[in-house]
Amino acid sequence: MASHSTSPPPAPPSTTSPDRRPRGARRSGAGGTLRNGRGDRITIALMLGVPALLVLGLVWLPALVTVVLSFTRWDGIGGWDTIEWTGVQNYVDAFTIYPPFQPALSNNLIWLVVLFTVPTVLGMFLAVLLDREMRGGAVYQSIFYMPVVLSLALIGFIWQLIYSRDQGLLNSFLAFAADAPPVDWFGDPDLNLYAVLVAAGWRHTGYIMLLYLAGLKAVDPSLREAAAIDGAGPVRTFTHVVFPALLPINLVVVVVTVIDALRAFDIVWVINRGRNGLELISALVTSNVIGEASRVGFGSALAVIMLLISVVFIVVYVATMLRGARR
Amino acid sequence: MHHHDPGPPALRRRTLLRGLAGAGVLGVLPALGGCGTDPRNDPLRITMASNRAQELEAAGMAAVLESFRTGSDYTVELNTVERNAFQESINNYLQGTPDDVVAWFGGYRMRFFAERGLISDLSHLWEGPLKGSFSDGLERLCTGDDGKQYLVPDFSYPWAFFYRKSVFEEHGYEVPHTRAELLDLCERMREDGLDPIGYGNREGWPVMGTFDYLNLRVNGPEFHDQLLRGEASWESAEVREVFSAWAELLPFHQPDPLGRSFDEARLSLVQKECGMLLAGLFVSQSFPEGEEREDLDFFPFPEYDPAVGTSAVEAPTDGFMLSADPRNPEGADDLLTHLGSLESQELYADQDPQALPAHVDTDTDRFSDLDRKALELIDGADTITQFLDRDTRPDFAAVVAIPAFQRFLRRPDDIRELTSDLERQKRSIFG
Repeated sequence: MASHSTSPPPAPPSTTSPDRRPRGARRSGAGGTLRNGRGDRITIALMLGVPALLVLGLVWLPALVTVVLSFTRWDGIGGWDTIEWTGVQNYVDAFTIYPPFQPALSNNLIWLVVLFTVPTVLGMFLAVLLDREMRGGAVYQSIFYMPVVLSLALIGFIWQLIYSRDQGLLNSFLAFAADAPPVDWFGDPDLNLYAVLVAAGWRHTGYIMLLYLAGLKAVDPSLREAAAIDGAGPVRTFTHVVFPALLPINLVVVVVTVIDALRAFDIVWVINRGRNGLELISALVTSNVIGEASRVGFGSALAVIMLLISVVFIVVYVATMLRGARR
Repeated sequence: MHHHDPGPPALRRRTLLRGLAGAGVLGVLPALGGCGTDPRNDPLRITMASNRAQELEAAGMAAVLESFRTGSDYTVELNTVERNAFQESINNYLQGTPDDVVAWFGGYRMRFFAERGLISDLSHLWEGPLKGSFSDGLERLCTGDDGKQYLVPDFSYPWAFFYRKSVFEEHGYEVPHTRAELLDLCERMREDGLDPIGYGNREGWPVMGTFDYLNLRVNGPEFHDQLLRGEASWESAEVREVFSAWAELLPFHQPDPLGRSFDEARLSLVQKECGMLLAGLFVSQSFPEGEEREDLDFFPFPEYDPAVGTSAVEAPTDGFMLSADPRNPEGADDLLTHLGSLESQELYADQDPQALPAHVDTDTDRFSDLDRKALELIDGADTITQFLDRDTRPDFAAVVAIPAFQRFLRRPDDIRELTSDLERQKRSIFG
């Protein structure tokens, strides 16, 4: 009711309705709708403009600079005049004389495929089980979700205790149980990627489980009842009724998994700086640009290649979303 | 009440936006202030950045700064950063607003910063208060390409084969002096059930020590220097010879070095699982003080070619630089002079067992036998090298050399392809 007392008494007599607007910001001659519209427009402009500026300044501008720098040779010291233009030499070098590059490409792909096949399916399975409200469900849920709370760097440290060749838990167990010779989990380039993927998948499973659990809780129970009345078993109910209803969640899971596969970095960095079988594009970019090396131009070229790969997925995702929205 | 609603949300929005703008301005203000009159521009305040973050190192720095404080009116603000993070960010750091005094190493990286004008000339200290404090070898190490000095050294630590005296006594081993004796010793150790040479290279850098020493012994320090400057070819017969000498020694190393961290290799020396370990003096930090540490000894890397000899020693040297535009140049000079003094270096060495003071007048009487022997090794050297990652371009060391050496450890038989690969990448990097 305070608005009444704050509205100025010398209001023009032309307005008849009781002025419920606060503070007499009213301009003479301007109608109520116009004034509101203007305020809203400023608000909208600010609310869109500020984030847009931030996105432009913090995402698009650096991305553009990266693309420009990828055609140069620069050690990151000194001004623009110290930058040397080399054309596409960095890209040629990456594909021809940079041995870690090809393994990095295929490792990123393996990372993506494995994340999709194992932890995603396992996470979904766990979610379905936990959704059945079994006894102690909350406890299991916490256990499976726990790794998600930890950073991948920390997970790297934890799994080093398990995978260490000489002192590790796994080799000690294998020697005890099967009298097996020690396996070089982190050093063997044919093996270490999968060893690391177990650790990364351990975390990813919990994440996916939680996403699906949230999705399953939102599925209308009457759908299941209807399926049950129609005589569908639990498997059939899931594949034919529940899973299709989970479409939005599935999309989120796909996006999350692709993002996780592309930005995988910290765990291999902690283990061996992304070398010797654990090459990932992100690690190569980092060791070229951020580290002591300061090959800003070459590292930028690698980053641009990574950007292009991401763009493929982004286009697919956006196209799917738009098609969904149009329907 | 309902007619009241349209007002407050708008108000709240506006207040929020105003608040956000205010917060933005507040955030910018101190940054602007930094450009003008810095309230921290105290003439009695010196800032310093250090990468000596480990417990013993930090204790050493604290002791040194404490003694500086009692002898002067200055206060020193020390920023300590973890070693690897410090190393990885130093390029950007030196271009920003660095502290007055910055801890760093001798060698290529320091010369590079000097050439790019990221650090200040210190020759007035070398010709003034620090004159005669350091050997000629160290002076060369601290000198930039323009003939001026840019670093005040404070300690070095040599690399050598470390072993436990008790293990050598138990099996009656003799210290090897030549290639043949080294191989012979390895053979005997293997028969006795030991891993002759400990090896851990998950981090990538530790095996650079093996390459450096083999190259120094097979081809001599001059070729080593040319190779790391990018002048000599990696495809040359000399480099191939080094890799074949390495391949000959490789079967006597602990298996699977790529999955083992250097700390784990240190541990196997402590636990007497391996006979010896090529490492820096810092390995003594892994041995508990007292009986255990006294059991540790070393021998220099054996001779491979009598014409080349063993007079080159790999001994990385740490020290301090002055940033390009220090806020307090007088204070920084005083602090650097103090850091270069015998008193300060001995105070530091008392805390950190791996640090051998760089000062010529260092009194070795108070040293342990191991430290005295290590200092004699450095003093007797004709050439002191740093370490591959300090003696060459860091992009070459980190991006090319480490993956190449790792590949060699996996497939020691394709030396020809490896060396031509190294040469191709070297050309692209050295330009």
